[in-house]
Amino acid sequence: MSAAIVGIGATDFSKDSGRSELQLAAEAVRAALSDAGLQPSDVDGLVSFTMDTNAEIAVARELGIPELTFFSRVHYGGGAACATVQQAAMAVETGAAKVVVCYRAFNERSGHRFGQVQTAAAANIDNSWSYPMGLGTPAAMVAMFARRYMHEYGATSEDFGRIAVIDRKHAATNPHAWFHNRPITLEEHQASRWIAEPLHLLDCCQETDGGVALVVTSAERARDLPNKPAHIKAATQGSGIDQFTMTSYYRDDLTRLPEMGVVARGLWEKSGIGPSDVDVAVLYDHFTPFVLVQLEELGFCGRGEAKDFVASGALELDGMLPLNPHGGQLGEAYLHGMNGIAEGVRQVRGTAVNQVGGVEHVLVTAGTGVPTSGLVLGQG
Amino acid sequence: MIDIEKEAARIAEKGECAPRLARDPVNLPMINNWLEAIGDQHPGYTKVAPPAMVQVWTMAGLHGQRTLDDPLGAMMKILDEAGFTSVVATNSDQTYHRYLKVGEHLSVTTSLEDVTGPKKTGLGEGWFVTTRSTWWVGDEPVAEMRFRVLKFRPAEKAAPTPEPQATQVIRPSVNRDTQYFWDGCQQGELRIQRCGGCGLLRHPPGPMCPECGATKPKYLVSDGHGVVYSYVVHHHPQVPGKQTPFVIALIELDEGVRMLGELDGEPSIGQRVEVVFTKVDDELTMPSWRPSADR
Repeated sequence: MSAAIVGIGATDFSKDSGRSELQLAAEAVRAALSDAGLQPSDVDGLVSFTMDTNAEIAVARELGIPELTFFSRVHYGGGAACATVQQAAMAVETGAAKVVVCYRAFNERSGHRFGQVQTAAAANIDNSWSYPMGLGTPAAMVAMFARRYMHEYGATSEDFGRIAVIDRKHAATNPHAWFHNRPITLEEHQASRWIAEPLHLLDCCQETDGGVALVVTSAERARDLPNKPAHIKAATQGSGIDQFTMTSYYRDDLTRLPEMGVVARGLWEKSGIGPSDVDVAVLYDHFTPFVLVQLEELGFCGRGEAKDFVASGALELDGMLPLNPHGGQLGEAYLHGMNGIAEGVRQVRGTAVNQVGGVEHVLVTAGTGVPTSGLVLGQG
Repeated sequence: MIDIEKEAARIAEKGECAPRLARDPVNLPMINNWLEAIGDQHPGYTKVAPPAMVQVWTMAGLHGQRTLDDPLGAMMKILDEAGFTSVVATNSDQTYHRYLKVGEHLSVTTSLEDVTGPKKTGLGEGWFVTTRSTWWVGDEPVAEMRFRVLKFRPAEKAAPTPEPQATQVIRPSVNRDTQYFWDGCQQGELRIQRCGGCGLLRHPPGPMCPECGATKPKYLVSDGHGVVYSYVVHHHPQVPGKQTPFVIALIELDEGVRMLGELDGEPSIGQRVEVVFTKVDDELTMPSWRPSADR
């Protein structure tokens, strides 16, 4: 692709922002434009999640963006994250827009909390096979997959816990992370209360108030802007066979994430690289078990082998596949994957707080258990 | 029989207890511990303490004992003797006159302000006890607190309601494609969609067969038996109409399709189960699962 992410911006990550979601969105977009060295008047495209409460036109009004020629939304919660960048890149490449900002902002802790039972969601006919039966939270929906994965591959709660420990370790040295200076041990993970067995509290990501925005423009224009661009080497969406939102329980195999397999095939094909070329992996980590399944789906290890891959130390900053150097959503903030893309950009720029050396390619994935998306970011 | 109101008046009449000196002066290590525990990242607390910490300075410590003239302790003892043995703090209103500086040594005095009851509460019958504390630096009052507890006699636990309450449960949304399933539940039948063209069994159902494209779905009535394919024990958060913890299982029916449902009993993968129908109200009957009786 010939587009690049040239600006990143975020609000503070908190538990009670004290301001409206629209203000968070506007602040994040303004910060991203400032980082890009661009003005609101340069923007002619906006992309967000269908779940976001901030309409493109509302954001444009707050920023004083005069005209838009492209505006779009992507479905399926956190699965939309990398697809917003794909939308932006396609708009730039087709000439639909010149400068597109992707944003996501919410009061996910002090306002509407996605981790609670969404009674209203039961109105969706698909959800009528789960919510009325008592399966009504994302944690419980993931736990159903996790239990089967443990049964088939002998993985344990400790194997899931190691992901939380790594994320919190990385967050501990990231001043922007909510859990800055607060690493955890595997024992603390094991001692944390049950949310939905087999998931402990520390298998579940935090809830955050905040906003993140990303500025996408052409690689050509990027050359004239102040920051080193993060080139979009590949961006793709994926939905698998017999796909549901969080409850794809009716496929033959519950130990996989076929939709991420679709994303993986697309990313490797379009970018021309493979798993061994990835220098940093920013994998969506709303719940730890799906990080293991992603490692397998993306081809970093074989089926059922993720527990051994993780235990080998591969995901440490000095390992063969450094995972979530910013601390991920378990450690930094839960911005529906958008803060992970910003970290990918910093790793390419060489400006991350936990910078990995000699980064050529960063892989970023979006929400799991839902139709999803992924990105390969890299040097020019 | 203890006259609680009379005892309360006797304690209240004594007024404030003698000043009790804090164990340590206001100090930075304790401030830092508190900030860390609360998650407060405000950088300003290097020379003064967060006001809300005021109670911390005069806490009695892990093995602390109440002083003999402590009015709250005296009142608790009387209520214990009268059978109101449980306690829950209900509210605490604090007023801060100024910031406390590192190095200042606080003392605290407390008086009994009010005892009212007996009141019937959700927890049981009890008395509300209100005390008033003042923190001092020398003879300067620096903060005050009105503190209220409920001392109560625990109510007999009501038996858990066995049936879900119609007003509480999450109801399925039903449309043309799914009506047959819910109608079946009301008639005590577990129905599985079967394609009128090619015979494909499918759950959850849909209007068009993904195998042959036919749009004439029919159904068969399941035998109602299957095995647990996976399960979750749900603890948090609360789910409308359910009492936590409870088990939701993914059942693989003998006919080959999978279906979610609540499972009554200790779960394990591979366990044989059978369907149970529970009437919620005239419009809704829910299927759930229990360990098989026969196999």
